[in-house]
Amino acid sequence: MQLKNDIRSALTDKKILLMTHIVLGYPSFEANRETIKQMVENGVDLIELQIPFSEPVADGPIILKASQDAIASGVKVRDCLDFAAEITATYPIPFLFMTYYNILFKFGLAEFFAKAKRTGIKGFIIPDLPPEEGEQYLELARKYQIAPVLIFAPTSTDQRMRFLSSQGEGFIYCVARKGVTGRKSELNEEFDSYMGRCRQATDLPIAVGFGISSKEDVELLTGKADIAVIGTATIKLVAANGPHAVGPFIASLR
Amino acid sequence: MTKKGYYGKWGGAFIPEILHETFNELNKVFEEVKADPQFWEDYFDLMSTYSCRPTPLTHAENLSKHFGGCQMYIKREDLNHTGAHKANNVMGQGLLVKRMGKSRVIAETGAGQHGVATATMAAKFGFECTIYMGEEDVQRQRPNVFWMEKLGATVIPVTTGARTLKDAINEAFRDWVSSMDTTHYVMGTVCGPHPFPEMVAWFQSIIGQETRGQILSRFEKLPAKVYACVGGGSNAMGIFQGFLADSGVELVGVEAGGLGLDSGQHAARLAGKDGSQGVAQGYKTMFLQDNDGQMLDTHSVAAGLDYIGVSPILTDLWEKGKIRFEAATDEEVLDALDLTMKKEGIIPALESAHAFVQAFKDAGKLSADQAVIINMSGRGDKDIFTIAHAYDDPSWKKFIMKKGKAYAAEK
Ligand SMILES: Cc1ncc(COP(=O)(O)O)c(C=O)c1O
Repeated sequence: MQLKNDIRSALTDKKILLMTHIVLGYPSFEANRETIKQMVENGVDLIELQIPFSEPVADGPIILKASQDAIASGVKVRDCLDFAAEITATYPIPFLFMTYYNILFKFGLAEFFAKAKRTGIKGFIIPDLPPEEGEQYLELARKYQIAPVLIFAPTSTDQRMRFLSSQGEGFIYCVARKGVTGRKSELNEEFDSYMGRCRQATDLPIAVGFGISSKEDVELLTGKADIAVIGTATIKLVAANGPHAVGPFIASLR
Repeated sequence: MTKKGYYGKWGGAFIPEILHETFNELNKVFEEVKADPQFWEDYFDLMSTYSCRPTPLTHAENLSKHFGGCQMYIKREDLNHTGAHKANNVMGQGLLVKRMGKSRVIAETGAGQHGVATATMAAKFGFECTIYMGEEDVQRQRPNVFWMEKLGATVIPVTTGARTLKDAINEAFRDWVSSMDTTHYVMGTVCGPHPFPEMVAWFQSIIGQETRGQILSRFEKLPAKVYACVGGGSNAMGIFQGFLADSGVELVGVEAGGLGLDSGQHAARLAGKDGSQGVAQGYKTMFLQDNDGQMLDTHSVAAGLDYIGVSPILTDLWEKGKIRFEAATDEEVLDALDLTMKKEGIIPALESAHAFVQAFKDAGKLSADQAVIINMSGRGDKDIFTIAHAYDDPSWKKFIMKKGKAYAAEK
């Protein structure tokens, strides 16, 4: 699949890739535009575009609030799709949609895939859609060649990881710890053994997220993971200091 | 064959990966206890010694006379310990928690009845307990917040989203994804990911089992209709299961009509035109949502019915034409409540009063040799502030102002 190949080839020049995360329409599409520009210019390799959903159960308070503010300000799914089309046409890096299943379901699953394909999106991350519930989703992903990125958790058994790996594409998103987004993760020995289990279970590139926010974190992940995911940290930064603070922050990470 | 956890095309288990193993364990334990007759015996024994099971079936003679027509019977879940049907589910899940060896329980609550029942169960079984409750519901069900805290639970007001039941469910899930090793989430209704709908329906089936026996022994035949209010649908599933196989019994679910089905301010997912299929909070059902799939703000005078989704089991039965769905407005509910208090000396919860409304509407069309049963899911004591406010009760207001003044003077 294209996403996996893009990642592999980017990894020939860099020891670890950076993936960042924005909530579409928060604080505004204008701010998203500038934030993405700062991210790409400072070496971000992939970006997750989160389409806001009113019930983001896997997210912590920061992304929850961002999602609710975006919806309250009138952000529609179609606006997000249009914005994504504009962005993918502007920058050469892979962009992914992260959202919850109801957004796709309500749009019409097949229509959503078709539209996302035209939009130039390379992968989807849908945290509330396990493969058992996603037969049609996985089929459409193959048809449209959009990578359905699946998630490993520290609670996943080895057998479960192998199953997920057989169903997913692009890369595996490993959540660094239990809980929701936004809180710091301890990258300790226990984490190392978890990373070892992840590597054993899959040949796909491995991204690690949840609470990654500093150069030290990225250094600790280098050699263990292929992609470090910086999620809540930049969302907080934009909210506090505006999009222009993002460039220097990203530049300081690697 | 339908997939496990599905009812027709409804239900499922849309859970994040982090909870996969937790649900595996829960499913395993639930399958074990279902196959173990001793478990149900222990449950039954607990409910008849710690609570008041079987709860009575009361012949409401005055209301029957008042409407002229059918014989009205009321299933008295208000007389269950903690004052609502919620204890049936909670005590059952409490026994499961013991079996799983967990030490902490969490729950969402709307009306506070499920929260009080869970806090009670936790006190009895020695579990730690945290209850998530929408800020709006904390305000309107204050007496239950007081009791939960007195019972030793921590009540966390949820200030995100609509600040009602759905937001409390989200927060409970957010707790559970980090605490699952020690903690069980006691889902309060027949919603959420599999196995919760099936599990909660199973524990609540005790209502229907009893009611069927009681009406046959008292009235010597089956009722023409059975009424229950529907929030998530647990009390309705509980009583309906006693009559699902009887084609002559009409089952009527009553949703919150709020300010009216055309007002956009209601919680009628099936009785109105505003519901559409969706997937949220771990399951597929009919939700009140916009065209993008964003959940809408719902409204009801009854906190326990003020919810975006409805049981996948009920949605399937509705789709198959096995259950009729109606809605009762806030105003109709207050009238029915008043009449029931005056005629029968019984105080239904605002939630339960929804079922009374529809029974009253239908009563005149039936004859004296027919019976109807209303499931009175809970007692109205918890609603004292809301009801007093709705009736604009002058002596209550005076009392509250005096109390307020006295407390203010203490500082
Ligand atoms: C007294 C009472 N009745 C009904 C309900 C609605 O729940 P369900 O539809 O699951 O019975 C509640 C919920 O809080 C309640 O407290």
